Amino acid sequence: MAKLFAVTLVIIALGSAAPILMHKWTPPQDISAHGPTIDDQMSHTMVEAGISFLAAQIILAVFIWKFSGRREGARISSFPGGAMGLVIAAFLLVGTEVLALGVMGARAWAAVYFTPPAPNALLVQAQAGQFAFYFRYPGPDGKLGPLHPEMISEATQNLFGLDVDHDADSKDDIVTAELGVPVNREIHLLMHAKDVGHSFYVPELRIQQDFLPGLDLSLHFTATKLGRHEIVCTQLCGLGHYNMKAYLNVMSAEDFEGWLKQQATQQ
Amino acid sequence: MHDMPQAIKEHAPAQTFIRKYVFSVDHKVIGKQYFGLALVAVFIGMALSWLMRLHLAWPNLHIPGLQWLSSSGAPNGVITPEYYLSLMTMHGTLMIFFVLTNAPFAGFGNYFLPIQIGAEDMAFPRFNMMSFWVTLVAFCVLMSAFFVGDGPPLAGWTSYAPLSAVGGSAGPGEGTGQTLWAISIAIFCIGQLLGSLNFISTTLDLRTRGMTLMRMPLSTWAWFITSCIGLLAFAVLLPACLLLVLDRIAGTSFFVPSNLVISDQVQTHSGGSPLLWQHLFWFFGHPEVYIAIVPAMGIVSHILVNSMRRPLLSHRVVIYSLISIGFLSYMVWGHHMFVSGMSPFSALMFSFPTLIITIPSTIITLIWIGSLYGSKLRITAASLFALGFISLFVSGGVSGFFLAQPSIDIYLHATYFVVGHFHLVMGVASIFGIFAGTYFWFPKMFGRTMNEGLGKLHFWLTFVGAYCIFMPFHYLGLAGNVRRYSAFVEDYLQPLLPVHKFISIAALITGAAQLIFLYNLVYSRFRGKPATENPWEATSLEWSIPSPPPFDNFGGKHPVVYHDPYQYGIASSTGDYVMQNSPEQIQTVRDDKSLT
Amino acid sequence: MRTRCQLVCTAGALVIAAFCLLHTARSVSAAADGKITGTVKLEGTPAHQRPIDMAKEPYCQKLHAGHPVTTETVVTGPNGTLKNVVVYISEGLAAAASSQVPSETPTWDQKGCQYIPHVMALDVNQHFKVTNSDQTSHNIHPMPKPGGPNHEWNKSQPIGAPPFDVSWQAQEVAIHVKCNVHPWMSGYMAVVKGPTGVSDDHGSYTLDQVPPGDYTLTAWQETYGTQTQKVTVGAGKPATADFTFKAK
Repeated sequence: MAKLFAVTLVIIALGSAAPILMHKWTPPQDISAHGPTIDDQMSHTMVEAGISFLAAQIILAVFIWKFSGRREGARISSFPGGAMGLVIAAFLLVGTEVLALGVMGARAWAAVYFTPPAPNALLVQAQAGQFAFYFRYPGPDGKLGPLHPEMISEATQNLFGLDVDHDADSKDDIVTAELGVPVNREIHLLMHAKDVGHSFYVPELRIQQDFLPGLDLSLHFTATKLGRHEIVCTQLCGLGHYNMKAYLNVMSAEDFEGWLKQQATQQ
Repeated sequence: MHDMPQAIKEHAPAQTFIRKYVFSVDHKVIGKQYFGLALVAVFIGMALSWLMRLHLAWPNLHIPGLQWLSSSGAPNGVITPEYYLSLMTMHGTLMIFFVLTNAPFAGFGNYFLPIQIGAEDMAFPRFNMMSFWVTLVAFCVLMSAFFVGDGPPLAGWTSYAPLSAVGGSAGPGEGTGQTLWAISIAIFCIGQLLGSLNFISTTLDLRTRGMTLMRMPLSTWAWFITSCIGLLAFAVLLPACLLLVLDRIAGTSFFVPSNLVISDQVQTHSGGSPLLWQHLFWFFGHPEVYIAIVPAMGIVSHILVNSMRRPLLSHRVVIYSLISIGFLSYMVWGHHMFVSGMSPFSALMFSFPTLIITIPSTIITLIWIGSLYGSKLRITAASLFALGFISLFVSGGVSGFFLAQPSIDIYLHATYFVVGHFHLVMGVASIFGIFAGTYFWFPKMFGRTMNEGLGKLHFWLTFVGAYCIFMPFHYLGLAGNVRRYSAFVEDYLQPLLPVHKFISIAALITGAAQLIFLYNLVYSRFRGKPATENPWEATSLEWSIPSPPPFDNFGGKHPVVYHDPYQYGIASSTGDYVMQNSPEQIQTVRDDKSLT
Repeated sequence: MRTRCQLVCTAGALVIAAFCLLHTARSVSAAADGKITGTVKLEGTPAHQRPIDMAKEPYCQKLHAGHPVTTETVVTGPNGTLKNVVVYISEGLAAAASSQVPSETPTWDQKGCQYIPHVMALDVNQHFKVTNSDQTSHNIHPMPKPGGPNHEWNKSQPIGAPPFDVSWQAQEVAIHVKCNVHPWMSGYMAVVKGPTGVSDDHGSYTLDQVPPGDYTLTAWQETYGTQTQKVTVGAGKPATADFTFKAK
């Protein structure tokens, strides 16, 4: 029974590692400027976690194989090095491992979060509400008009609550159902939650950020490859949560200009 | 030189049926009551997870009879998106509060902590009784949410505000059901606070003569540390839930900010903070993870030592590691909130303690594995589950390396990777601790032994099944599969559907295997082989008294403790072990040096 | 013996009462063959209808490819006629006539991520069916006035889910219905007692089975509000009442 258990453990350990080693299920190809740092960090962590996982399971299996069902008179012996050895090993091996991961991970995090958006970044406001995302571009004046929550009406498609008759800044604002962005240009995303908590997740973009009701957050990223990808909500927001999505459309600079002009006629 | 056992009689056994088996102040009855409640909750919780898995794999499946449970949630037996979320919320709440907290901590802790330290009962038996009945009320309140007008709550076991706080306007499941959820959890907190206070007082004040802190078995240490964690954690969740209830029914705005527009209606709330709820919840929520796992670690250590026929490489190092885990568990709650919108600088402050917490966890794991070296391992259903625990704890633990880092969490947050991580390390591992404890202590609790063959069959199906269910969760997460979706309509999730089918089938089989356990439990309770006083040749005090123990545990006497808890692997008059209360003189086996 | 006699008497009385009731009901329906017809028009430029971008739901976007859908807060027909106006009798209807509940069950369909019809007139307690003809999941969320006799509800109808049957308990003009999964979906249910009509593509409406009498008619439009006028229905001849709304 013990030997069968040991073998099962090894099979489970190797079987669990196999899809990872074969790259069967991996993150989709990265399309962001900051993504490579995150992906590198992910691979480092995968190597260290993988080694810890395999080593622990296999040693456990070996010890179970060796030390179960021994004969009655067998002597109890102790692991060479004893508890102190293991404590020192834990501090040295795992301590340095997690410290290294922590420090490197902090750098990857800092690259995403501790830098302000570039001054020429394209300003876009994203609004999340049950159960759709909408986006607002400031138009030629570069300014987003103020929001009037009481004026929000989905029946008239005044999705942000803009008062175009009275607010000069709102007049040229362009509201879209899809996030069109020019490639290789930094996007400064202002994140506004209309009702409850939501989240903005584009796996290809290596970005996930909650929308926090009552506090508009800011995010910046640069998409480096053309294409259309799904933006999905990852913060439980109610019955339609699973169906809350929009599309990120990364276009060439010219295509983007044309798209934005076309969207402006649809207001 | 012997201390004479003192004759004591602090309380008399109850005479009536009601006082003996229902409103009992006996810690053993209360422990069994907690265990029974957890058993009911775990099978309900598992049934809910079956429904969820069925729905995820076959979204249009008609589940016969489900329309009787909820005609609006499952018209014709097909689960609606909102009902899926309700099932998920109830599954999480039941499992975390009423199973993972109740069984290993309140259940086994109540039964065995007083016995293991040589006490005749808890320090406050009436508080103890109250703690169980309060918990039962909490359970009933939660269950009643299934039957109220707009359905059970759907905001998840974390019940993030403002979804959970604005009321019915936020959609189905956010009406009375959510209020009942918050009330239920608040009541549950009261029960756990009473229990924690009781555990702490009992451990500190009621240890018998000779039972120094360092002579306490590791299970007792784990329950003691857990009750210290619980006293702080539930003391924060209780007011948080009360504030949530006020937001819902009294028009306050603790967690709801101004100017929310739901379905074109501007909400009347103003000035609250959703982040406040998240901070309060996770300040409880992360320690709760350790409330679930630390008792299991203690139980597993206790059983492993017995199966290995030798003490752990170091008793003290395990205790100190458990204490540091308990301490660190209060410094890491923000790692649940890396992408929540809190300051990105604080993310680093939560990331490092999270990474550091792996060090004491690794030390304990290494000591378990290292102690296996040179041991004389006995394979029983209990020891298989204990060894399986180590494997699962490692598997679930290593994925923590990823999630502890905010940069990687950007990608993996709210994906199935997280679901896989916590199910393995907190859910299944802790459940394995409960199983190990059940097979190990059943003879003591009921005076009969569980069927070993069925126990081993149960182990194999559960162990392999658990890996088949939860390992693929990690792969799904790596591919970016978002959690808490009632259906996968997104294009990029389509290739992952076969994985979901595989998981669902594995979950159905593994779940069905639990019926073997249930059968074994019920059958052995009435027909099992009668158990002797010490069937496992164990050393701690619970094995020095009859099975099942009499009302006051030690027959009106205080036992006297002469030895460290785990004196195995030595030559003595009883075999290869010496019981804690045996006056036999031996050379104490305290660390590896005396063994080599 | 005495009890049996009582029983027979009660049963007899009940049968007679039932016959009387049936007879009155028949006489009401016989008398209610009057009719009110008319046309609803809009004066001025209708409010701008924004095109709807259904990018979120590729299934529906595909259905409308080439002819994008706009909002439907004001829908006009040829010659300035106005569609989707609910006309009903707000005063003057006898209690007997107003308590009739039509037996037909209209359908509130979700098709192409739009409500068909956009505006539906119903009688109090009249049953209607909610169906989902789309290959996508919707939620139906009617929002009656909070605190009123009608209660708000909100429920999903996934792909292939069976239709369900609902009714409203009290008069209310009008209950806004929306789908939160597809926030552009918007429609109204007008719950009134007695005969009602909704203006069609040509702005015309008909109120059937109106007993002769003097009435106040009310016309309701989701953007422009209500208008009323008096009308007299004679025996056997239809009355006409036209309405003209002014664009703001």
